[in-house]
Amino acid sequence: MSTKAQNRLRLIVAHFVLILLSFMCLFFFYILIINATHSHAELQKGFSALPGSSLFDNLKKVANDGSFPMFRGILNSLLVSGATAAICTYFSALTAYGLYVYDFKLKKIAFTFILAILVMPTQVTSMGFLRLITNMGMYDSLLPLIIPSIASPAVFYFMYSYMQASLPISMVEAARIDGSNEFRTFNTIVLPIMKPAIAVQAIFTFVGSWNNYFIPALVIQSKSKMTVPILIATLRGADYMSFDMGKIYTMILVAIVPIIIVYLFLSKYIIAGVTLGGVKE
Amino acid sequence: MKQKRKRIDYGKWGYIFILPFFLSFFIFSFIPLVDTVRYSFYEYYRSGIREIGPTFIGLENYANLLKSDMLRYAGNTMILWIIGFVPQIGIAMLLANWFVDARLKIRGKQFYKVVIYLPNLIMASAFAMLFFTLFSTNGPMNSILTSLGWIKEPIDFMGTAFGTRSLVGVMNFLMWFGNTTIMLMAAIMGINPDIFEAAEIDGCNSRQRFFYITLPMIRPILAYTLITSIIGGLQMFDVPQILTNGQGAPDRTSTTLIMFLNNHLKSKNYGMAGALSVYLFIVSAILCWFVYKMTNNEVKATKQRAKKLAKKA
Repeated sequence: MSTKAQNRLRLIVAHFVLILLSFMCLFFFYILIINATHSHAELQKGFSALPGSSLFDNLKKVANDGSFPMFRGILNSLLVSGATAAICTYFSALTAYGLYVYDFKLKKIAFTFILAILVMPTQVTSMGFLRLITNMGMYDSLLPLIIPSIASPAVFYFMYSYMQASLPISMVEAARIDGSNEFRTFNTIVLPIMKPAIAVQAIFTFVGSWNNYFIPALVIQSKSKMTVPILIATLRGADYMSFDMGKIYTMILVAIVPIIIVYLFLSKYIIAGVTLGGVKE
Repeated sequence: MKQKRKRIDYGKWGYIFILPFFLSFFIFSFIPLVDTVRYSFYEYYRSGIREIGPTFIGLENYANLLKSDMLRYAGNTMILWIIGFVPQIGIAMLLANWFVDARLKIRGKQFYKVVIYLPNLIMASAFAMLFFTLFSTNGPMNSILTSLGWIKEPIDFMGTAFGTRSLVGVMNFLMWFGNTTIMLMAAIMGINPDIFEAAEIDGCNSRQRFFYITLPMIRPILAYTLITSIIGGLQMFDVPQILTNGQGAPDRTSTTLIMFLNNHLKSKNYGMAGALSVYLFIVSAILCWFVYKMTNNEVKATKQRAKKLAKKA
């Protein structure tokens, strides 16, 4: 009886804590959404909990603001993140396949090396990186934000773990007997098997690239090439007190809405993907 | 004999398949690393439009950094990380334990999971900008607190070191506790259920079960979470940079190491940026070694499991 009562109490406490935490997670976004629907004048009067009717006005102002080309920024971000996700997952799967299926002399060294740099921060080489791309004539272009993602140790490791679990070598051998060459085997047989892993990693790479600020801020100079995070930073740096507050909230809103929409549709896969490829037990 | 030859033939494909990775790594990470280390020994900066150097000065940049505010910024980074990490790991452990407890029938588990993971995906810079506007002196938070009657004068959240650091900590906490919860949940669910059952029969209560079974069993993943979180903390940049507009206000009490690096890069002081990068590289390399050890154990364990299964079959 007492354990039953104890469990009841625990259940109440658990629900209370969970509701409180959910409130904390959602509250700030609630204010953001509400404020994005109010005009500057309404916002000056203080916070009101009900939505206003100025969302479209605010959106129009954001769209027409030449000093913060937000929609151009979203387009740039979509381009960079989409290309990064595609390149990163394809080449990570390719590398994982190379190390998983074939036997060669440097295999062990190559594998150990990738594991050793698994969590190395990119910031430590940023200075040399900046000089390198300047010398290569890629300063202020979107390419240096995309190409280096070919070498993504963490995504590689995820793909490798997935292959260990779900790609029998015998399948590759069968394809060979049927006369398929190695690249064709990879592209037409292995990639379809890897689809779930590729999908999960594509989402994470996309989000990571979408949110990335440090390197793009160093590389990109001209306004027309800026990605969303840089625009947000410029917004913060500008003389913000003189701005239309409704417009500012709307800008922040359009910066995070695409990811939230993606998340709402794919949350099941994303949450399942968080734990894969890490240390278990 | 014939078979052996065939294998050697296929081996070349292995090199071809891993070539893009290593080529990209060599060009975009290795060359920059060498370049960074090289210039850390040079006096090389820009003063106005004039370029000074590069002149070889040995370890002077390293010594100058130690005399500068670097250690203070390292301290800032650590404080900001701890403010976020302590509640993060505590709450995550609590939630993970609740979520996997079969006797605790929490309704809407999936909903809570979706909600607590959400902030992890939000653009950190936009999130920081949002907090900046919400917590400014005439922003909505002050407006709400005043209308509730909790405060009379608006609070200048970002005017004090304590306020700014707390805001950064809260943001880091919100962004990461959901992720940690899900990681720990998977770890707890990976524990052999027989152990829990045996404990149940022996009359173990939920507290004993947590401290004597769950906690010791998930120690490896706790260690992993700790190390990866330290590495993440070391890279802390977006949130304090945007929140304080790169100033680390007030009085650089929230300037992190990467913000310091960013300042040197922006002012094109390659020598100092190089030396600072090398310091960061050494610390990261040590942390990477720990992660390597843990991951490698995991790889070995997976291989052994596969072997066992193959034997059984």
